[in-house]
Amino acid sequence: MTDAGDLASVKDADRLIAIIGDEDTVTGFLLTGIGDRTRPTDPTYLVVRRDTSDATIAEAFEHFTRQRKDVGMVLITQNIANRIRSNIEGYTGRVPAVIEIPSKDQVYDPRQDTLMQRVQRLLGIRDR
Amino acid sequence: MSQRQVLPVVPSRMTLTQVKARLQGARRGHALLKKKSDALTARFRAILREIVDKKQRAAELLRDASFRFVAVKYVVGDELKHIVQESVERAETRLRVRFDNVAGVSLPCYRCVSGSVSTGPVATSTIATAAAAAAVAVARNDGYAEDMRAAGPVQTGVASVAQYRGLGRGGQQIAACREAYNEALLALVELASLQTSYLILDEAIKVTNRRVNALENVLIPRLENTIAYILSELDEQEREEFFRLKLVQNRKKRELARTQAQELRARERRAAQALRAFDMNSFEQALEPDAANTPSILEQIAGADADLLPI
Repeated sequence: MTDAGDLASVKDADRLIAIIGDEDTVTGFLLTGIGDRTRPTDPTYLVVRRDTSDATIAEAFEHFTRQRKDVGMVLITQNIANRIRSNIEGYTGRVPAVIEIPSKDQVYDPRQDTLMQRVQRLLGIRDR
Repeated sequence: MSQRQVLPVVPSRMTLTQVKARLQGARRGHALLKKKSDALTARFRAILREIVDKKQRAAELLRDASFRFVAVKYVVGDELKHIVQESVERAETRLRVRFDNVAGVSLPCYRCVSGSVSTGPVATSTIATAAAAAAVAVARNDGYAEDMRAAGPVQTGVASVAQYRGLGRGGQQIAACREAYNEALLALVELASLQTSYLILDEAIKVTNRRVNALENVLIPRLENTIAYILSELDEQEREEFFRLKLVQNRKKRELARTQAQELRARERRAAQALRAFDMNSFEQALEPDAANTPSILEQIAGADADLLPI
């Protein structure tokens, strides 16, 4: 929850938000000021284009979730998440939190979301 | 199995009190942990439900934001993404983590903090400002400046406005789009808190339940068994003690009886000796006086009775 009038300045101890997604989604989120390129070769976002390989995505994902210690949250669009599903399911850490977001050109399907699958199983909701 | 297990203790009254105290402690711990587990589970279920709701909401918000973005792209043109991506430098929106305490488990609570400006509707990040300023630079000529001021105060000090010339209009659209994404981001940040809490709670509940079960099924029965064992041992000792007392008592009684019997016999012997000292022969003769001289009954009547055949 953000306090609307919060004037607290950003400290370096605060966590970054990383994003992996298609060009438009990434750009949209960059507008909110989440991107970080303090290290020019190591931005906190990855734009996935048509020619981006799964290996590149997986590498970026592993990099954000395991190597970078200053990331607190990784957003990843669902269609891209589906491409590296095994990496996402293999990630069991708590911080950063990995969140699947709907991709621009696809309808969001909770059944494909690793987290939602677990949650719905726990709630006893079967496929509707 | 573990049901039969007994702690390796010396069965004595002291260990009995110790083990009893431990059992009491274990029972209290069990009750407390059970309560903790219940509290966590209640929170857990609430979080699960919330996750489902928030996820749906975030999805909707994001869909709106995408529409906005398409509008921006239509107005501003395709260069926008390059401008935005190029102007990224230092993250202005970050996450601040605070910890909430639920029954001894700290749950992270993320909060979005924004750098130079507040996150109110008037606020603009420098990136958006850069994009907006670019739009303004052109828009001003088109007489859209008024709209722009309403949409977001353009921060002066954007030196390189000129380089964005030709971007076209769309500052308002950009601001609206940014706002939409901001909203979606806030929802996602909330979701991140919930999601992390969910994972932590999941584990905490498992650990707590494991402890509860360990106490319930292993430690408490073991302590109870130990108490039963100590009690039985103590009873056994008591019986042994009783038996030993009885044994000693019996032995003493027998000893007494034997000495009494011996004394009796000794007395009898003494009495007998005293009697023997008395003249037995004279005593016998006195009892049968003149036994040799008295004729037998047969001899006395031999001559008198004629019916008797002589022998």
